[in-house]
Amino acid sequence: MHELSIATSIVDIVAESAAAYPGARVREVRLRVGVLAAVVEDSLQFCWEVVTEDTVLAGSRLVVRVLPVILHCAGCGTDSALDGIQSFRCPCCGEPASDLLQGRELEIEAIEVEEPELGAGMKAEEA
Amino acid sequence: MSTRIVELRRGILKKNDELAAGLRSRFTAAGVLVLNLVSSPGTGKTTLLERTLGELRARGLRVAALVGDLETDHDARRLASTGAPVRQINTHGICHLDAEMVGKHIDEWQGIDLAALDFLFIENVGNLVCPSSYDLGERIRVVLLSVTEGEDKPLKYPGLFNSADAAILTKMDIAGACGFDRDLAVRNIKEIRPGMRVFETSAKTGEGMEAWLEHLQEERAARRA
Repeated sequence: MHELSIATSIVDIVAESAAAYPGARVREVRLRVGVLAAVVEDSLQFCWEVVTEDTVLAGSRLVVRVLPVILHCAGCGTDSALDGIQSFRCPCCGEPASDLLQGRELEIEAIEVEEPELGAGMKAEEA
Repeated sequence: MSTRIVELRRGILKKNDELAAGLRSRFTAAGVLVLNLVSSPGTGKTTLLERTLGELRARGLRVAALVGDLETDHDARRLASTGAPVRQINTHGICHLDAEMVGKHIDEWQGIDLAALDFLFIENVGNLVCPSSYDLGERIRVVLLSVTEGEDKPLKYPGLFNSADAAILTKMDIAGACGFDRDLAVRNIKEIRPGMRVFETSAKTGEGMEAWLEHLQEERAARRA
């Protein structure tokens, strides 16, 4: 249960990236979270409003895409997604497989920013 | 107003991962084998470590330990009785150790020289969830499961068990009294982490310690070669 510190890290990273767009507000933050990442979406959502308060992320949506485990099977050579995380066996041949291709991700995929219409403002000034 | 999508593709724990990678390089350069011990509270990390430090020292190996707890220096004092250099990390409420804490404590640890060590053990905060996400720069992550906890723990906490490199069943001396199904526990561990080596120990009686100590020495020799 360290979602509060994870949420704070997300806010820091996003605020830093959003600084490249002066005056912009962040409307949406999109995460990719593997099922083995030890992060619970409900807990992230629960603290989102509080951690984003008074930042450029205030009022933003947090969208979490959960990624299943994908295993590479050395036996039959296939890469397959697992239905759950109770058994690490190749869904194709049933052999135990420990080569994880996906499932531990914890990353910010993208953000949606809303920028003021700079062009329109300049025209108004010129007029 | 106009909206735009900005691709970031940025790891949220990237800072920790970078610090851990730096620590791993330092440990490798110094020739010290670093292990991260994880389990629930009360599994017996400190008891196993106490015996491990003592036995390795008796074989002439140079060992040290960093021990993480929310509060108190009780564990560090217990481990220091083995004569090994030990340093306590108090996280004050944080549920796991991270690479920054480990790096800071190593830097502030007076009299410790990584290059003069064979093994450095890091005893994590007792927790089967959060430590799985935080790389400490270790070479080997060891998960402990005691016979009093139930054979299905690996299925309940697959994230952590899957992230480990070796497992130890602890308190085997009371397995019978607990009705512990050893075969089921091993099967569950291997279902979550196929191929993982499982040791069975009692740090109290010494049962199974030899295989564990041998394994440590083999790993150490393999990294040196």
